[in-house]
Amino acid sequence: MNELSGPGRPANPSVQAAVVASDLGLTFPGKRAGEEVRVLKRIDIDVRPGEFVCLVGPSGCGKTTLLNLLAGFQKASRGEVLVQGEPVHGPDRRRIYIFQEGGVFPWLTVGENVAFGLRRKTEMERQRIVQHYVDMVGLTGFERVYPRQLSGGMRQRVELARALAADPAILYMDEPFGALDYFTRFKMRADLVRIWQQERKTILFVTHDIDEAVQLADRIVVLSPRPASVQAMVAVDLPRPRDANLPAYLHTRDRILGIMGMDLWSDKATRSDDASTNEGHQRQGSLTHSLAERSGPGHTETQG
Amino acid sequence: MSTPDALAVPPSSAGRQSGGRGPGDAAPSRPLSLSYGAVLLPLVVGAVFLLIWDLAVRLSGSTLFPKPFDVALGIIELVEQGLLFKYVVASLFRVTWGFTLAVLVGVPFGLLLGWFRRVQEAFNPMIQALRPISPIAWIPLAILWFGVSDAAPVFLIFLASVFPIAVSTMAAVQGVQMVHLRAAQNFGLTQFQLFRWVIVPATLPQIVTGLRIALGIAWLVVVAAEMIAVNSGLGYLIIDARNAGKRYDLVVAGMTLIGVIGWLLDLLMRQVERFPAVRWAYGARHE
Repeated sequence: MNELSGPGRPANPSVQAAVVASDLGLTFPGKRAGEEVRVLKRIDIDVRPGEFVCLVGPSGCGKTTLLNLLAGFQKASRGEVLVQGEPVHGPDRRRIYIFQEGGVFPWLTVGENVAFGLRRKTEMERQRIVQHYVDMVGLTGFERVYPRQLSGGMRQRVELARALAADPAILYMDEPFGALDYFTRFKMRADLVRIWQQERKTILFVTHDIDEAVQLADRIVVLSPRPASVQAMVAVDLPRPRDANLPAYLHTRDRILGIMGMDLWSDKATRSDDASTNEGHQRQGSLTHSLAERSGPGHTETQG
Repeated sequence: MSTPDALAVPPSSAGRQSGGRGPGDAAPSRPLSLSYGAVLLPLVVGAVFLLIWDLAVRLSGSTLFPKPFDVALGIIELVEQGLLFKYVVASLFRVTWGFTLAVLVGVPFGLLLGWFRRVQEAFNPMIQALRPISPIAWIPLAILWFGVSDAAPVFLIFLASVFPIAVSTMAAVQGVQMVHLRAAQNFGLTQFQLFRWVIVPATLPQIVTGLRIALGIAWLVVVAAEMIAVNSGLGYLIIDARNAGKRYDLVVAGMTLIGVIGWLLDLLMRQVERFPAVRWAYGARHE
């Protein structure tokens, strides 16, 4: 499969959406009437099968809560979530959640962790699958090691392998690299893109790191501050691996920063300077990238 | 498919060759070394203690209180009379029974208390009210119910250790991390499977630590119970040696045996903490 053909192109209308959230709202009852805490205002999202969608938003806006609702760990007060046409009533092995930190079981070795979702398989098949995914995430040789003996990045790799081994259609990832150092995060993103291109899972990825979102996503859902609603959807139609120096990349990033009201450091002088030195790149970049943005809910996305 | 990303390099090619632990990538484990300090220092402290003890007795001119050497002779005397083995076995027998019963009741009960909020709400106040009652206070009732027999100290040991076991097990279950429960539920585990594959393994290290503490308490209590409720065992030895002829050398010999055996029991429980099923939780210092 050519990895450039899938992501970023318009959805095939005959393909059922992988995840649809419609009119999703969440309000926590307060101690007294009129003190309700509104977390999510009104969320409409649809994700195509195999799509890599990043959810970004200011911290505390309810990104993780939204992901918990989509995954079925929490119940919405309004609206519903459909996964492959079925309403979500709870967690399910067909959609696996990857936690920010500490999701691997410390009492199991790496191999046993990866085998956790494979109880129904025969011993031989289990071994084969475990080895396949341990190799895929680059942990060959660590099968008998306990998570405590691993670095934070390696533990996240274990969790990714455990999720992939269960062969889910969807991966929910809640800032999975948020607790890692800069260089590890860098490698993890690159490896995740490689694995996603091999495995073709639908991924919903929460992050507060806009660079991360632009690195990874086919489409970025920008959430507003609490109570969260979808502020914009930005398609990132750049070939992977993505060059973080390309003007198109920077433009996308700054655009999202702008949407989030943080455009103060996209200094005009620097930008025009940049453009004059990289004119060729700039032209090429503006051809390859396309942005589809929507400013409010209910507005259907147009692309192409 | 070619790897599209120049950065997609496995994280730890160095660690892979060394068969599990890569320098820098994985935390290196420090081997526990029995240095001279671990053997020599305690010996020196012990010797100084015995010396001070000996000197203090000599200087005070006490005729009743034994010197260390008298205590050693007392232990030899107990061995020759065949009492030492008999009394040690009697005490260990009672502790084994009382403690085993407490584990069999306390661990499942603690799991229920920790897992079902309603059970905890219903039973916790009663447990917390029973727990501060010293096992010694139960001795009259134990004798009333069981007479002068092994059952009385066994009952007292059971009472003394069942509450710490139940409470530490409950705390362990309540301390199971939400992220682990959610991760496990995500893979479609039934309630029973969740218990078997997550709750039990996750809580085992803390349960074992609770058992270790409870065994220490059980050993404390058997001595107290034997002083009153029976006529054998190390506790009985102490009270009998005092009452029968003010044999304080035998009193201190009994105390020494209690101390050493209690220490050995704790070492035994520490061995349990080295099993892989629980060692994962204790950090590098146990490796």
